[in-house]
Amino acid sequence: MSAWLRQHRRAFGAALRRLARAAGVLSALVIGVALALPAGSYALLESLRGVSAGLTLEPQISVFLPLEAKRSDIEALRSRLRGDARVGTVRFVSREDALKELKQVQGISEVVAAIGRNPLPDAFVVSAKGEGVESLAADLGRLPGVAHVQADAAWARRLAALERIGRVGLALLAALLGAALVAVTFNTIRLQILTQRDEIEVSKLIGATDAFIRRPFYYFGLLQGLAGGAIALGIVAGALALLNLEVRPLAESYGSAFRFAFPAAADALAIVLFSGGLGWLGAQLSVSRHLRDIEPT
Amino acid sequence: MVSFSAVVKRYPGGQEALRDVSFSVDAGELVFLTGRSGAGKSTLLKMIPAIERPSSGSVIVNGQNVGALKRAAIPYLRRNLGLVFQDQKLLHDRSVYDNVMLPLSFSAHAPREAARRARAALDKVGLLAREKANPIQLSGGEQQRLAIARAVVNRPAVLVADEPTANLDAESAARVLDIFVAFNQVGVTVLIASHDQALVERYGKRVLHLREGRIA
Repeated sequence: MSAWLRQHRRAFGAALRRLARAAGVLSALVIGVALALPAGSYALLESLRGVSAGLTLEPQISVFLPLEAKRSDIEALRSRLRGDARVGTVRFVSREDALKELKQVQGISEVVAAIGRNPLPDAFVVSAKGEGVESLAADLGRLPGVAHVQADAAWARRLAALERIGRVGLALLAALLGAALVAVTFNTIRLQILTQRDEIEVSKLIGATDAFIRRPFYYFGLLQGLAGGAIALGIVAGALALLNLEVRPLAESYGSAFRFAFPAAADALAIVLFSGGLGWLGAQLSVSRHLRDIEPT
Repeated sequence: MVSFSAVVKRYPGGQEALRDVSFSVDAGELVFLTGRSGAGKSTLLKMIPAIERPSSGSVIVNGQNVGALKRAAIPYLRRNLGLVFQDQKLLHDRSVYDNVMLPLSFSAHAPREAARRARAALDKVGLLAREKANPIQLSGGEQQRLAIARAVVNRPAVLVADEPTANLDAESAARVLDIFVAFNQVGVTVLIASHDQALVERYGKRVLHLREGRIA
């Protein structure tokens, strides 16, 4: 085994032993709890996104005909709508049916009776496939025999906006708690440097390089971060399992098989590596801040 | 091997610890440095491993100008020196054996070779039987001998000792100095500071006397 490898193995071993002490385990736990919050929020958000994507999310467009439209106009428009590749389902609502629906709304029937004639036009309710609801609505509005088009895209936009708010909140949370992780590592390593002051001073006196002295602290920061990330995933897995116990009967009552899902393997790995990287950063900051202070005199 | 020329050490505030110190120690020589406390002995010795740097003048150790050495080069200078301090600077959180192993861990010897060297060094100072003890359990003389073992384990060409006998009884002091003499006899250059003029003169070696920062 090469000398270089032996030195790294030695530093790694020293870092691992320090992490196994009570203080190291506690710090890793603190990091795990802090990271469980953004990691868990991410899992919830991803699960909900799966649901909203699976629902009939395609916004509906109401296409109204003129009041004087004849049966032949209706059939002509129906075949044009069916022929458009961007259009999903097409449902015809006759003016008589619309009036019946309106009469069922409490308080409206008297108003309708007062008007004396049916004020409602015939209409098609179509769904859009995929994106571009607004442009489809505009195109439909230009078709012959169409009096008015109403695109019901507002609620879809609101849902997307809510999701964006959720993501921004998640990013903020992750940034804040990531900073906390760096701070925790910074402080843990500061305390370690203080308690090992004698060893560091003696080592410098008898010929240890800075790299040799720094190495175990870097490994410690990295390992503590990785351990914290793994603990966070454990907490998320436990929390999701508990939530799913309650979610299952609720979802089944709606005829849904919805469950909160644990992050995908790649995402879980990214969380652990991200945490390890931040730990390493905290170690780097702490070591360069505190190690220079210890010079033998 | 060690050569000072016109070395001045001035501390911030204008206090001068060393004033125009020039001397040289040949390879294989043993030289005592005497003088009262405050005469500048420690300051002088600390310049050899670049713990202190001269304000002016030059310190040459093994052909290297120590005063001009880059920070990153200092560890490699120190590995070729054996340093023994007045307060020993032992680590009390580990055994006698592990204290001696410390310098070997930086230079990455194979584990078996490192263990062999550590035991050989302990054997030379008569502490092999105490290798599992904690330094705190050792007597003052034993602690100083342990410090010597740690200093010689890397087989340095130069041994530098600052008051190694300061807090020892006469018998322990003589034993410690005998160990330095034994290393000198196998070719190691040795420089020892001591305030005990009488003890030093018994060895019949060259003595440099420092008074108020000058070689007298």
